[in-house]
Amino acid sequence: MSDAPADLKYTKSHEWIRDNGDGTVTVGITDHAQEALGDIVFVEIPDQGREVDADEACAVVESVKAASDIYSPLAGEVIESNALLNDSPEAINNSPYDEGWIFRLAPNDMTALAGLLDAAAYQQVVEDET
Amino acid sequence: MGLRTPLFSEHERLGARIVPFGGWDMPLHYGSQIEEHHAVRRAAGMFDVSHMRPVDIEGPDALPFLRHLLANDAAKLTAPGKALYACMLDPQGGVVDDLILYFRGPERYRAVVNAGTAEKDIAWMQAQAEGRQVDIRSRDDLAMIAVQGPDARARVEPLLPDGLRASAMRVGPFFAAEDAHWFVGRTGYTGEDGFEIMLPSADAAALWRELLAADVRPCGLGARDTLRLEAGMNLYGQDMDETVGPLDAGLGWTIAWQPEERDFIGREALSARRDHPDRRDFVGLLLTGRGVLRPHQSVLADGRVVGEVTSGGFSPTLERSIAFARVEPGTSADCAVDIRGKPVSARIVKPPFVRHGRICIDL
Repeated sequence: MSDAPADLKYTKSHEWIRDNGDGTVTVGITDHAQEALGDIVFVEIPDQGREVDADEACAVVESVKAASDIYSPLAGEVIESNALLNDSPEAINNSPYDEGWIFRLAPNDMTALAGLLDAAAYQQVVEDET
Repeated sequence: MGLRTPLFSEHERLGARIVPFGGWDMPLHYGSQIEEHHAVRRAAGMFDVSHMRPVDIEGPDALPFLRHLLANDAAKLTAPGKALYACMLDPQGGVVDDLILYFRGPERYRAVVNAGTAEKDIAWMQAQAEGRQVDIRSRDDLAMIAVQGPDARARVEPLLPDGLRASAMRVGPFFAAEDAHWFVGRTGYTGEDGFEIMLPSADAAALWRELLAADVRPCGLGARDTLRLEAGMNLYGQDMDETVGPLDAGLGWTIAWQPEERDFIGREALSARRDHPDRRDFVGLLLTGRGVLRPHQSVLADGRVVGEVTSGGFSPTLERSIAFARVEPGTSADCAVDIRGKPVSARIVKPPFVRHGRICIDL
Protein backbone atom coordinates (compact mmCIF):
# COMPACT_ATOMS: atom_id res chain seq x y z
CA MET A 1 0.00 0.00 0.00
CA SER A 2 1.41 3.38 -1.02
CA ASP A 3 1.68 6.28 1.33
CA ALA A 4 -1.08 8.98 1.49
CA PRO A 5 -0.58 11.42 4.40
CA ALA A 6 -3.74 12.18 6.37
CA ASP A 7 -3.21 15.97 6.42
CA LEU A 8 -3.49 16.33 2.62
CA LYS A 9 -6.39 16.48 0.19
CA TYR A 10 -6.48 14.42 -3.00
CA THR A 11 -8.05 14.11 -6.44
CA LYS A 12 -9.19 11.06 -8.37
CA SER A 13 -6.49 11.91 -10.92
CA HIS A 14 -3.81 11.35 -8.24
CA GLU A 15 -2.81 14.90 -7.33
CA TRP A 16 -2.31 15.82 -3.69
CA ILE A 17 -3.09 19.29 -2.26
CA ARG A 18 -1.60 20.84 0.85
CA ASP A 19 -3.31 23.81 2.53
CA ASN A 20 -0.47 26.19 3.36
CA GLY A 21 -2.70 28.18 5.72
CA ASP A 22 -1.91 31.48 3.97
CA GLY A 23 -4.54 31.38 1.25
CA THR A 24 -2.37 29.20 -1.00
CA VAL A 25 -2.13 25.48 -1.67
CA THR A 26 0.72 23.31 -2.93
CA VAL A 27 0.06 20.60 -5.51
CA GLY A 28 1.98 17.45 -6.42
CA ILE A 29 1.33 13.84 -7.42
CA THR A 30 0.84 11.00 -4.98
CA ASP A 31 3.19 8.22 -4.03
CA HIS A 32 0.85 5.81 -5.81
CA ALA A 33 1.04 7.92 -8.99
CA GLN A 34 4.83 8.17 -9.04
CA GLU A 35 5.12 4.45 -8.46
CA ALA A 36 2.72 3.67 -11.29
CA LEU A 37 4.55 6.02 -13.67
CA GLY A 38 8.02 4.62 -12.98
CA ASP A 39 11.22 6.66 -13.23
CA ILE A 40 10.32 10.28 -13.99
CA VAL A 41 12.65 11.88 -16.53
CA PHE A 42 11.05 15.22 -17.45
CA VAL A 43 8.56 17.66 -15.92
CA GLU A 44 6.95 20.59 -17.70
CA ILE A 45 5.99 23.00 -14.93
CA PRO A 46 3.35 25.74 -15.34
CA ASP A 47 4.37 29.39 -15.81
CA GLN A 48 4.09 31.62 -12.80
CA GLY A 49 1.04 33.88 -13.06
CA ARG A 50 -0.95 31.46 -15.18
CA GLU A 51 -4.68 31.42 -14.45
CA VAL A 52 -6.04 27.89 -14.38
CA ASP A 53 -9.49 26.36 -14.11
CA ALA A 54 -10.32 23.45 -11.88
CA ASP A 55 -9.39 20.19 -13.67
CA GLU A 56 -7.35 22.06 -16.28
CA ALA A 57 -4.22 20.28 -17.48
CA CYS A 58 -1.40 22.60 -16.45
CA ALA A 59 1.75 20.47 -16.08
CA VAL A 60 3.16 17.35 -17.71
CA VAL A 61 5.10 14.60 -15.99
CA GLU A 62 7.01 12.29 -18.32
CA SER A 63 8.31 8.98 -17.07
CA VAL A 64 10.36 6.39 -18.90
CA LYS A 65 7.00 4.93 -19.85
CA ALA A 66 4.71 7.78 -20.91
CA ALA A 67 3.66 11.42 -20.60
CA SER A 68 0.93 12.26 -18.10
CA ASP A 69 -1.03 15.46 -17.69
CA ILE A 70 -1.27 16.98 -14.24
CA TYR A 71 -4.55 18.74 -13.50
CA SER A 72 -5.08 21.75 -11.30
CA PRO A 73 -7.41 20.62 -8.51
CA LEU A 74 -8.86 24.11 -8.05
CA ALA A 75 -9.34 27.29 -10.09
CA GLY A 76 -6.83 30.03 -9.30
CA GLU A 77 -3.47 31.55 -10.14
CA VAL A 78 -0.17 29.71 -10.25
CA ILE A 79 2.11 31.67 -7.92
CA GLU A 80 5.18 29.45 -8.01
CA SER A 81 6.47 26.32 -9.76
CA ASN A 82 9.12 23.95 -8.48
CA ALA A 83 12.19 24.85 -10.58
CA LEU A 84 14.12 21.97 -8.94
CA LEU A 85 12.17 19.63 -11.21
CA ASN A 86 13.82 21.12 -14.32
CA ASP A 87 17.11 19.50 -13.39
CA SER A 88 15.96 16.81 -10.96
CA PRO A 89 12.65 15.37 -12.15
CA GLU A 90 13.40 12.25 -10.09
CA ALA A 91 12.61 14.30 -6.98
CA ILE A 92 9.00 13.27 -7.61
CA ASN A 93 9.96 9.59 -7.31
CA ASN A 94 12.16 10.12 -4.29
CA SER A 95 10.01 12.58 -2.38
CA PRO A 96 6.51 12.94 -3.88
CA TYR A 97 5.03 14.89 -0.94
CA ASP A 98 7.98 17.11 -0.15
CA GLU A 99 10.82 17.98 -2.56
CA GLY A 100 8.78 16.72 -5.49
CA TRP A 101 5.97 19.29 -5.21
CA ILE A 102 4.99 20.70 -8.62
CA PHE A 103 3.29 24.09 -8.20
CA ARG A 104 1.75 26.48 -5.70
CA LEU A 105 -1.68 27.92 -6.39
CA ALA A 106 -3.71 30.85 -5.00
CA PRO A 107 -7.24 29.42 -5.35
CA ASN A 108 -10.08 31.77 -6.23
CA ASP A 109 -12.19 30.06 -3.59
CA MET A 110 -10.42 28.36 -0.69
CA THR A 111 -13.68 26.76 0.50
CA ALA A 112 -13.62 24.55 -2.61
CA LEU A 113 -10.76 22.68 -0.92
CA ALA A 114 -13.30 20.98 1.33
CA GLY A 115 -14.86 19.33 -1.74
CA LEU A 116 -11.69 17.34 -2.53
CA LEU A 117 -11.01 13.79 -1.31
CA ASP A 118 -9.53 13.09 2.09
CA ALA A 119 -6.81 10.45 2.52
CA ALA A 120 -9.22 7.60 3.29
CA ALA A 121 -11.39 8.37 0.25
CA TYR A 122 -8.26 8.58 -1.94
CA GLN A 123 -6.98 5.23 -0.67
CA GLN A 124 -10.35 3.81 -1.69
CA VAL A 125 -9.90 5.25 -5.21
CA VAL A 126 -6.49 3.55 -5.44
CA GLU A 127 -7.89 0.28 -4.16
CA ASP A 128 -10.76 0.33 -6.64
CA GLU A 129 -8.27 0.87 -9.48
CA THR A 130 -6.09 -2.11 -8.65
CA MET B 1 -4.62 -12.69 -17.97
CA GLY B 2 -1.85 -13.28 -20.46
CA LEU B 3 0.49 -16.21 -20.98
CA ARG B 4 3.15 -16.78 -18.32
CA THR B 5 6.75 -17.82 -18.79
CA PRO B 6 8.34 -20.49 -16.56
CA LEU B 7 9.91 -17.56 -14.64
CA PHE B 8 6.68 -15.74 -13.84
CA SER B 9 6.70 -16.64 -10.15
CA GLU B 10 10.34 -15.47 -9.92
CA HIS B 11 9.25 -12.06 -11.22
CA GLU B 12 6.40 -11.90 -8.72
CA ARG B 13 8.73 -12.87 -5.89
CA LEU B 14 11.07 -10.02 -6.90
CA GLY B 15 8.20 -7.50 -6.85
CA ALA B 16 8.16 -6.86 -10.59
CA ARG B 17 5.57 -4.59 -12.14
CA ILE B 18 3.88 -6.94 -14.60
CA VAL B 19 2.45 -5.65 -17.88
CA PRO B 20 0.83 -7.30 -20.89
CA PHE B 21 3.21 -7.65 -23.86
CA GLY B 22 2.55 -9.56 -27.08
CA GLY B 23 -0.03 -11.75 -25.33
CA TRP B 24 2.24 -12.41 -22.33
CA ASP B 25 2.37 -11.09 -18.77
CA MET B 26 5.93 -9.80 -18.53
CA PRO B 27 7.99 -7.76 -16.04
CA LEU B 28 8.25 -4.07 -17.00
CA HIS B 29 10.72 -3.36 -14.20
CA TYR B 30 11.61 -4.54 -10.70
CA GLY B 31 11.73 -1.07 -9.12
CA SER B 32 13.81 1.28 -11.23
CA GLN B 33 14.05 0.87 -14.97
CA ILE B 34 16.92 3.37 -15.13
CA GLU B 35 19.00 1.49 -12.55
CA GLU B 36 18.39 -1.73 -14.49
CA HIS B 37 19.58 -0.02 -17.66
CA HIS B 38 22.78 1.16 -15.97
CA ALA B 39 23.41 -2.32 -14.54
CA VAL B 40 23.56 -3.72 -18.08
CA ARG B 41 25.83 -0.94 -19.37
CA ARG B 42 28.19 -1.16 -16.37
CA ALA B 43 28.09 -4.75 -15.05
CA ALA B 44 25.47 -7.41 -15.81
CA GLY B 45 21.71 -7.70 -16.08
CA MET B 46 19.35 -10.51 -17.03
CA PHE B 47 16.09 -10.59 -18.93
CA ASP B 48 13.45 -13.26 -19.10
CA VAL B 49 12.90 -13.51 -22.85
CA SER B 50 11.09 -16.83 -22.72
CA HIS B 51 8.18 -15.19 -24.51
CA MET B 52 10.31 -15.16 -27.66
CA ARG B 53 10.02 -18.30 -29.73
CA PRO B 54 12.76 -20.60 -30.95
CA VAL B 55 11.74 -22.39 -34.14
CA ASP B 56 13.83 -25.31 -35.38
CA ILE B 57 14.06 -25.65 -39.16
CA GLU B 58 15.57 -28.93 -40.28
CA GLY B 59 15.71 -31.23 -43.27
CA PRO B 60 17.34 -31.74 -46.65
CA ASP B 61 15.61 -28.63 -48.05
CA ALA B 62 16.28 -26.42 -45.00
CA LEU B 63 18.87 -24.23 -46.73
CA PRO B 64 17.02 -23.66 -50.04
CA PHE B 65 13.85 -23.02 -48.01
CA LEU B 66 15.57 -20.40 -45.84
CA ARG B 67 17.20 -18.76 -48.85
CA HIS B 68 13.71 -18.27 -50.29
CA LEU B 69 12.10 -17.30 -46.98
CA LEU B 70 14.51 -14.63 -45.77
CA ALA B 71 15.79 -11.36 -47.27
CA ASN B 72 19.23 -12.05 -45.81
CA ASP B 73 21.04 -15.06 -47.25
CA ALA B 74 21.23 -18.16 -45.05
CA ALA B 75 24.01 -19.41 -47.34
CA LYS B 76 26.30 -16.90 -45.57
CA LEU B 77 26.16 -19.28 -42.61
CA THR B 78 28.95 -21.75 -43.20
CA ALA B 79 30.60 -22.02 -39.77
CA PRO B 80 28.63 -24.08 -37.23
CA GLY B 81 27.09 -21.89 -34.52
CA LYS B 82 27.14 -18.72 -36.64
CA ALA B 83 24.11 -16.39 -36.34
CA LEU B 84 22.48 -14.11 -38.91
CA TYR B 85 19.96 -11.30 -38.43
CA ALA B 86 17.27 -11.35 -41.11
CA CYS B 87 13.88 -10.04 -42.12
CA MET B 88 11.15 -12.38 -43.28
CA LEU B 89 9.20 -10.47 -45.93
CA ASP B 90 5.88 -10.86 -47.68
CA PRO B 91 5.64 -10.52 -51.47
CA GLN B 92 4.80 -6.79 -51.07
CA GLY B 93 8.11 -6.24 -49.27
CA GLY B 94 6.46 -5.77 -45.87
CA VAL B 95 8.12 -7.33 -42.84
CA VAL B 96 6.34 -10.42 -41.47
CA ASP B 97 8.92 -10.49 -38.66
CA ASP B 98 12.60 -9.98 -37.97
CA LEU B 99 14.57 -12.86 -36.50
CA ILE B 100 17.94 -14.30 -35.60
CA LEU B 101 18.89 -17.45 -37.47
CA TYR B 102 21.51 -19.80 -36.03
CA PHE B 103 23.33 -22.43 -38.11
CA ARG B 104 23.61 -25.57 -36.02
CA GLY B 105 24.97 -27.94 -38.63
CA PRO B 106 24.18 -29.17 -42.13
CA GLU B 107 20.40 -29.05 -42.65
CA ARG B 108 19.84 -27.80 -39.08
CA TYR B 109 18.90 -24.22 -38.23
CA ARG B 110 17.21 -22.43 -35.36
CA ALA B 111 15.33 -19.16 -35.78
CA VAL B 112 14.24 -17.01 -32.83
CA VAL B 113 11.18 -14.91 -33.58
CA ASN B 114 9.20 -12.26 -31.70
CA ALA B 115 6.60 -13.21 -29.09
CA GLY B 116 3.59 -11.38 -30.46
CA THR B 117 4.15 -12.65 -34.00
CA ALA B 118 5.23 -16.24 -33.24
CA GLU B 119 2.02 -18.00 -34.30
CA LYS B 120 1.70 -15.87 -37.45
CA ASP B 121 5.36 -16.51 -38.28
CA ILE B 122 5.10 -20.26 -37.91
CA ALA B 123 1.96 -20.39 -40.05
CA TRP B 124 3.76 -18.29 -42.67
CA MET B 125 6.81 -20.56 -42.61
CA GLN B 126 4.64 -23.67 -42.89
CA ALA B 127 2.84 -22.21 -45.90
CA GLN B 128 6.11 -21.38 -47.66
CA ALA B 129 7.54 -24.82 -46.85
CA GLU B 130 4.82 -26.61 -48.74
CA GLY B 131 6.29 -29.23 -51.08
CA ARG B 132 9.75 -28.99 -49.53
CA GLN B 133 11.51 -31.54 -47.35
CA VAL B 134 11.77 -29.34 -44.30
CA ASP B 135 10.49 -29.77 -40.78
CA ILE B 136 9.44 -26.64 -38.86
CA ARG B 137 9.14 -27.17 -35.16
CA SER B 138 8.12 -24.57 -32.58
CA ARG B 139 10.22 -24.97 -29.44
CA ASP B 140 7.84 -23.59 -26.82
CA ASP B 141 9.33 -26.20 -24.48
CA LEU B 142 12.39 -23.94 -24.12
CA ALA B 143 12.84 -20.97 -21.81
CA MET B 144 15.26 -18.18 -22.67
CA ILE B 145 17.31 -15.92 -20.41
CA ALA B 146 19.43 -13.10 -21.84
CA VAL B 147 22.41 -12.13 -19.66
CA GLN B 148 23.95 -8.90 -20.89
CA GLY B 149 26.66 -6.49 -19.87
CA PRO B 150 30.45 -6.24 -19.70
CA ASP B 151 30.55 -8.76 -16.81
CA ALA B 152 27.79 -11.03 -18.15
CA ARG B 153 29.89 -13.84 -19.63
CA ALA B 154 32.17 -14.10 -16.61
CA ARG B 155 29.17 -14.40 -14.29
CA VAL B 156 27.48 -17.00 -16.47
CA GLU B 157 30.59 -19.13 -16.91
CA PRO B 158 30.51 -21.08 -13.62
CA LEU B 159 26.78 -21.73 -14.02
CA LEU B 160 27.00 -23.47 -17.39
CA PRO B 161 26.83 -27.27 -17.64
CA ASP B 162 30.34 -28.75 -17.44
CA GLY B 163 30.26 -30.13 -20.97
CA LEU B 164 29.21 -26.81 -22.47
CA ARG B 165 31.28 -24.34 -20.47
CA ALA B 166 34.50 -24.37 -22.46
CA SER B 167 32.85 -24.21 -25.88
CA ALA B 168 30.39 -21.49 -24.82
CA MET B 169 33.21 -19.33 -23.43
CA ARG B 170 35.18 -19.79 -26.66
CA VAL B 171 32.51 -18.61 -29.13
CA GLY B 172 32.95 -15.22 -30.75
CA PRO B 173 30.28 -12.54 -31.04
CA PHE B 174 27.26 -13.70 -33.04
CA PHE B 175 28.11 -17.37 -32.60
CA ALA B 176 26.45 -20.02 -30.44
CA ALA B 177 27.46 -23.24 -28.68
CA GLU B 178 25.18 -26.04 -27.51
CA ASP B 179 24.98 -29.37 -25.79
CA ALA B 180 22.08 -31.82 -25.85
CA HIS B 181 19.83 -29.54 -23.77
CA TRP B 182 21.20 -25.98 -23.59
CA PHE B 183 21.89 -23.52 -26.38
CA VAL B 184 24.07 -20.49 -25.65
CA GLY B 185 24.26 -17.67 -28.20
CA ARG B 186 26.68 -14.77 -27.85
CA THR B 187 23.94 -12.48 -29.06
CA GLY B 188 21.62 -9.93 -27.53
CA TYR B 189 19.53 -6.81 -27.87
CA THR B 190 21.39 -4.31 -25.71
CA GLY B 191 24.61 -3.31 -27.48
CA GLU B 192 26.64 -5.06 -24.78
CA ASP B 193 28.46 -8.38 -24.75
CA GLY B 194 26.62 -11.32 -23.24
CA PHE B 195 24.70 -14.51 -23.85
CA GLU B 196 21.19 -15.52 -24.77
CA ILE B 197 20.63 -18.90 -23.14
CA MET B 198 17.92 -21.27 -24.34
CA LEU B 199 17.29 -24.13 -21.95
CA PRO B 200 14.57 -26.57 -20.91
CA SER B 201 11.77 -24.72 -19.09
CA ALA B 202 12.27 -26.91 -16.01
CA ASP B 203 15.87 -25.63 -15.64
CA ALA B 204 15.03 -21.94 -16.01
CA ALA B 205 14.15 -20.98 -12.43
CA ALA B 206 17.29 -22.61 -11.01
CA LEU B 207 19.54 -20.72 -13.44
CA TRP B 208 17.66 -17.48 -12.75
CA ARG B 209 18.26 -17.87 -9.01
CA GLU B 210 21.90 -18.74 -9.50
CA LEU B 211 22.37 -15.67 -11.66
CA LEU B 212 20.65 -13.58 -9.00
CA ALA B 213 23.06 -14.98 -6.41
CA ALA B 214 25.94 -14.10 -8.78
CA ASP B 215 24.81 -10.45 -8.58
CA VAL B 216 23.24 -10.31 -12.03
CA ARG B 217 20.46 -7.72 -11.84
CA PRO B 218 16.97 -8.69 -13.06
CA CYS B 219 15.86 -6.26 -15.77
CA GLY B 220 12.45 -5.76 -17.31
CA LEU B 221 11.09 -4.87 -20.71
CA GLY B 222 11.45 -1.17 -19.95
CA ALA B 223 15.24 -1.35 -19.71
CA ARG B 224 15.31 -3.75 -22.65
CA ASP B 225 13.63 -1.06 -24.76
CA THR B 226 15.93 1.82 -23.76
CA LEU B 227 19.02 -0.38 -24.17
CA ARG B 228 18.08 -1.48 -27.68
CA LEU B 229 17.15 2.09 -28.62
CA GLU B 230 20.58 3.37 -27.50
CA ALA B 231 22.18 0.45 -29.36
CA GLY B 232 20.40 1.43 -32.58
CA MET B 233 18.38 -1.77 -32.84
CA ASN B 234 14.94 -1.87 -34.42
CA LEU B 235 11.79 -3.10 -32.72
CA TYR B 236 9.28 -5.02 -34.82
CA GLY B 237 5.81 -3.44 -34.82
CA GLN B 238 7.23 -0.03 -34.07
CA ASP B 239 10.11 0.64 -36.48
CA MET B 240 9.00 -1.78 -39.20
CA ASP B 241 6.00 -4.00 -39.84
CA GLU B 242 3.93 -5.35 -42.71
CA THR B 243 3.36 -1.81 -44.02
CA VAL B 244 6.88 -0.43 -43.47
CA GLY B 245 9.56 -2.48 -45.17
CA PRO B 246 13.28 -2.82 -44.48
CA LEU B 247 14.41 -0.10 -46.90
CA ASP B 248 12.32 2.46 -44.98
CA ALA B 249 13.46 1.17 -41.59
CA GLY B 250 17.24 1.34 -41.82
CA LEU B 251 17.48 -2.38 -42.52
CA GLY B 252 18.90 -2.20 -46.04
CA TRP B 253 22.08 -3.81 -44.69
CA THR B 254 20.14 -6.99 -43.92
CA ILE B 255 19.09 -7.52 -47.55
CA ALA B 256 21.42 -9.81 -49.51
CA TRP B 257 21.00 -8.64 -53.12
CA GLN B 258 23.80 -10.92 -54.26
CA PRO B 259 23.70 -13.45 -55.80
CA GLU B 260 21.22 -11.91 -58.18
CA GLU B 261 19.61 -15.22 -59.05
CA ARG B 262 18.52 -15.88 -55.44
CA ASP B 263 14.74 -15.54 -55.53
CA PHE B 264 13.65 -14.53 -52.02
CA ILE B 265 10.13 -13.51 -51.05
CA GLY B 266 9.70 -9.75 -51.46
CA ARG B 267 12.70 -9.28 -53.74
CA GLU B 268 10.77 -7.78 -56.63
CA ALA B 269 8.88 -5.33 -54.40
CA LEU B 270 12.10 -4.25 -52.68
CA SER B 271 13.87 -3.67 -55.99
CA ALA B 272 11.06 -1.31 -57.01
CA ARG B 273 11.17 0.40 -53.62
CA ARG B 274 14.87 1.27 -53.80
CA ASP B 275 14.39 4.30 -56.05
CA HIS B 276 10.78 5.02 -55.16
CA PRO B 277 10.15 8.73 -54.40
CA ASP B 278 8.14 7.80 -51.29
CA ARG B 279 10.99 5.86 -49.72
CA ARG B 280 12.05 7.37 -46.39
CA ASP B 281 15.38 7.60 -44.62
CA PHE B 282 15.60 5.99 -41.20
CA VAL B 283 17.62 8.19 -38.86
CA GLY B 284 18.53 8.73 -35.25
CA LEU B 285 17.34 11.85 -33.44
CA LEU B 286 18.89 13.58 -30.47
CA LEU B 287 16.57 16.02 -28.74
CA THR B 288 18.55 19.21 -28.08
CA GLY B 289 15.58 21.05 -26.56
CA ARG B 290 13.65 19.96 -23.47
CA GLY B 291 11.20 17.09 -23.41
CA VAL B 292 10.90 13.43 -24.33
CA LEU B 293 10.62 11.98 -27.83
CA ARG B 294 7.81 9.45 -28.26
CA PRO B 295 6.55 7.30 -31.13
CA HIS B 296 4.30 9.06 -33.67
CA GLN B 297 5.50 12.60 -32.94
CA SER B 298 6.00 14.61 -36.15
CA VAL B 299 9.46 15.64 -37.33
CA LEU B 300 9.53 19.22 -38.63
CA ALA B 301 11.94 20.99 -40.99
CA ASP B 302 11.49 24.16 -43.06
CA GLY B 303 8.19 24.72 -41.29
CA ARG B 304 6.52 21.52 -42.42
CA VAL B 305 6.17 17.89 -41.41
CA VAL B 306 8.95 15.81 -42.97
CA GLY B 307 8.70 12.61 -40.97
CA GLU B 308 7.63 10.71 -37.90
CA VAL B 309 9.27 9.31 -34.78
CA THR B 310 8.98 5.51 -34.72
CA SER B 311 10.71 4.71 -31.41
CA GLY B 312 11.66 7.26 -28.81
CA GLY B 313 12.36 7.75 -25.17
CA PHE B 314 14.77 8.90 -22.53
CA SER B 315 18.33 7.59 -22.83
CA PRO B 316 19.71 6.89 -19.35
CA THR B 317 23.28 6.78 -20.66
CA LEU B 318 23.08 10.10 -22.53
CA GLU B 319 20.63 11.65 -20.05
CA ARG B 320 18.90 13.06 -23.10
CA SER B 321 15.96 12.01 -25.18
CA ILE B 322 16.71 10.01 -28.32
CA ALA B 323 14.65 8.43 -31.07
CA PHE B 324 14.50 6.74 -34.41
CA ALA B 325 12.51 8.50 -37.12
CA ARG B 326 11.47 8.03 -40.71
CA VAL B 327 12.14 11.26 -42.61
CA GLU B 328 12.19 12.52 -46.18
CA PRO B 329 15.58 11.93 -47.79
CA GLY B 330 17.69 15.06 -47.60
CA THR B 331 16.19 16.40 -44.36
CA SER B 332 18.63 18.83 -42.76
CA ALA B 333 20.43 17.65 -39.64
CA ASP B 334 18.96 20.51 -37.63
CA CYS B 335 15.25 19.87 -37.32
CA ALA B 336 12.50 19.92 -34.72
CA VAL B 337 9.93 17.57 -33.27
CA ASP B 338 6.35 18.51 -32.49
CA ILE B 339 5.88 17.80 -28.78
CA ARG B 340 2.36 18.63 -27.62
CA GLY B 341 1.96 21.26 -30.32
CA LYS B 342 5.31 22.96 -29.78
CA PRO B 343 8.38 22.55 -32.00
CA VAL B 344 11.33 21.38 -29.90
CA SER B 345 14.77 21.40 -31.52
CA ALA B 346 16.45 18.14 -32.43
CA ARG B 347 19.41 16.92 -34.47
CA ILE B 348 19.64 14.02 -36.87
CA VAL B 349 22.44 11.63 -35.89
CA LYS B 350 23.62 8.23 -37.03
CA PRO B 351 22.77 5.36 -34.66
CA PRO B 352 23.99 3.60 -32.60
CA PHE B 353 23.90 6.11 -29.77
CA VAL B 354 25.74 3.80 -27.35
CA ARG B 355 27.71 0.58 -27.83
CA HIS B 356 29.74 -1.36 -25.27
CA GLY B 357 29.13 1.29 -22.64
CA ARG B 358 30.48 4.12 -24.78
CA ILE B 359 28.62 7.06 -26.25
CA CYS B 360 28.96 6.98 -30.05
CA ILE B 361 27.49 10.36 -31.04
CA ASP B 362 28.41 14.00 -30.39
CA LEU B 363 26.15 15.49 -27.74
